[in-house]
Order: sequence, then structure tokens, then C-alpha cells
Amino acid sequence: MQPFVYARPGTLSEALVLLGEHGSDALLLAGGTDVVVGLRNRLLRPRVLIDLKGVAELRPAIVETSERLTISANTVLTDIGDDERIRAGFPALVEAMATVGSNQIRNRATLTGNICHASPAADTAPALLIYEAVVNLADARGTRRVNLAEFFVGPGQTTLQPGELVTSIELLAAVERRGASFARITRRRGVDLATVSLCCMVEANGRTRFAFGAVGPRPFLVADDSGVLADPGADAAAKDEVLQRLLTQASPISDVRGSRGYRAAMLLVMSRRALRSAIERLQAA
Amino acid sequence: MQIHLTVNGSERELEVAAHTTLLDFLRDQLGLTGTKECCDLGECGACTVLIDGRAVNSCLVLAVEADASAVTTIEGLGGEGRLSALQDAFIAKGAVQCGFCIPGFVMAAHYLLLRNPRATPAEIREGLSGNLCRCGGYMQIVEAVLAASEASAARAING
Repeated sequence: MQPFVYARPGTLSEALVLLGEHGSDALLLAGGTDVVVGLRNRLLRPRVLIDLKGVAELRPAIVETSERLTISANTVLTDIGDDERIRAGFPALVEAMATVGSNQIRNRATLTGNICHASPAADTAPALLIYEAVVNLADARGTRRVNLAEFFVGPGQTTLQPGELVTSIELLAAVERRGASFARITRRRGVDLATVSLCCMVEANGRTRFAFGAVGPRPFLVADDSGVLADPGADAAAKDEVLQRLLTQASPISDVRGSRGYRAAMLLVMSRRALRSAIERLQAA
Repeated sequence: MQIHLTVNGSERELEVAAHTTLLDFLRDQLGLTGTKECCDLGECGACTVLIDGRAVNSCLVLAVEADASAVTTIEGLGGEGRLSALQDAFIAKGAVQCGFCIPGFVMAAHYLLLRNPRATPAEIREGLSGNLCRCGGYMQIVEAVLAASEASAARAING
């Protein structure tokens, strides 16, 4: 690891001043499960490492207001997964978080860090996308809100501007009755990145959404408003036709975890299963 | 940087370079070599320690991040001259082969039982999925954790 200056600001404004002063020489640290790996293999060589864990405004918390849950940037995955409100309202996110690394990782890793790392295979991204998560950003001039679907730009790239950081992630309460399901394949059970991951949500009004991970440069969302996918009585061929059309938006590549063809084939199989599971959950809701 | 933390119940105040991991700090500066260095990526769990009661990979934490916290390593589990019940169970079940992964497994299992004192075999396997054993001694390791869990449940029932 190359030497760097370690800074531990106590307030958001101090953190933003540091970030503004040091620009691209600065790196933000939350849980560190991606950052410390990058520091060690020297892919990341900051002059200043800004540890956000001392920032009062970002301290671990899940705050409920009338129609949303706001998860602060320093909240770790273990605590989000243990939260009863999250478990009741966002089960597919709980399932997705449970696949991130191990207990050891989830005790450090933050949800905000997972989306800021912007891996195309980020496990929590498909679930956050189908729940239409909103990302709150701050810089020295003020704050803004971005839908997660517009937050991801490409591998490792987000809409975060220089001097800007994520302060929290918001999850909106359900308007419609809904059922959601998460699915993922990896080379082995346990700590591994996803070969393909996805989430499916079916709403009582017939709207169906899928979000896919690891089959394109960024996690992305597709929707079917025809009602065919959500219809328990529709025949399999008709559903497959709609699914195939949605899946044309995926552009999987071949890498160490699987070939393009394998990913495309599994995407269809997993989408069918996730759809069935989401419909069952909707019916049980 | 000066850091002040509690390690296995003792308060320590030491100077540490910011680019030092907690793992290297424990092993090289405190001489606590029970915590093992292996993958250095957070995949194998050999470096597992507890920070404020939570299992973490000490290879993924900077020593400066542990400032003002309480760290427990494998050296801190038993008492003076004796092992913890969980460590005894590892021996009784023959769960230790080469032994390199075992401190990490014991710490991960210790945390697992703190969170879930009556863990099922499936929950134990899931809870230990962040730890790898190259000898392949998983069956005995799960048996050991299950035995420790059942023994503590029996103690709870018998008062």
C-alpha cells in the first residue's frame, strides 16, 4: 500500500471541503471492503483518504418518514438486513444483500458503497432498481436527488460529480400491492461475484419490472406494461415472447465467470423462475 | 498516527502508519500472530477478528479505522491458560487439520453463536461461508460449532 494522508472529518461540510480541496487526489472511505483491496493492489493511489465514518450527518441510521425509508451512507448491510421495516417492505433487497460476501463483509460494507463502486455485478443494484431507489447527493453548493436508474453510467462510473458524495439512499413505500424476487448464479456458493443476477417485481396492476446485473456495462431496469407477464393464466409461449423482447436489452460479455452464450441462456431461465416466484409472492401478499 | 484502542481487554495506545491494515498491526506491532494472513482480499476469512463485537476481515480494515474501538482476536477468547468451550469443541471433534484457517473459523463461529446461540447446521454453514479450509475439514468444523451451540443451549436450560 502506498502512503496516504488519513482524514476523519466530523461533519458533512468538513468532508465536502476536504473533497473539494483535494479533488481527484482524494478517495472516500466508508466500509472499505472494496477500497482497501484497491489500495493494496495499487489500483487506487489517493493522496488523501477521507474516512466518512466520523461524519455526524452520515452516521448509521434508517429513518422512516410517512412514505419512505432513508438509509444513511454509513449504514452497513448487516444492519439493513436486520431492520424489520426493510424485511417487511423490501424482501428482495434483503435476499440480495444476504448474498454480498460473508458476515465479515456485510458487517463492514455499506449499501451506499456497493452502488458507488458501480460494479455491473453489484448484488444490491437489481433489487434497488426494482424498488425505484433514489440516491441523495451533496456537494459544497447543495444537494440533489437522482433516481438510481440514472445513477449508474458504466463499469465503475456513476453520475457523481467531482466534489460530490452520496449521503443516503431512499426506498419508497409500496403504492401497489406487489411481489418481488431476487435470483443470482455464481460459480460456487459463498463469496463470489455474480455471473448473472436479477430481480423481478410484479404489481397488482399488472405492471412487471425486471432489473439485471452482470449482463451489461451497468445494472439496468426494463418494464412490461402489457400485463402478459403478470397474468397467471397467460400461456408460457406468450410470456416467453415478452421476456425475450425485454432481454434484447442485455448485452452480456464472456469473462472468467461465464461466456456470453451461457449468460444469455441463464438469463432467460432465471427470468422465468423469478417471474413465477414474484407472482406467487404477489398472490400471497 | 496515534491510535487508542482496546485489544483483548487491554487498552493500547500506539503510533501506526495510516496505510497499515489492522491485520498487519495486530501481527507485526502487537505480536498477535494467531490472526492469519492469507488471501488479503476478504475471501478466505483467515484474518477474522471482532471489532466491537462484530466479525470482520482484518485485512480489509485499516488500523486507524479501529481507533477507539474494542478488538477481540483468537488470543482473547479463552481465559488464562484455558480455551473457550468453542475452542474445546474444535479439538473434541477433530476439526483442526493443518490449523491455518482455524483461528478465523473460530472467530467467525464465535460471532455466529453470539448472534444466534441455537444455530442449525444450515445456519452454521451459511454463517461460516466467508471462511475457507484448504484441508476440506468442513464437516468436522460444522460439527464442532453445532456441539458448542448445543452445549451452551443445554447449560442455559439447566441453569
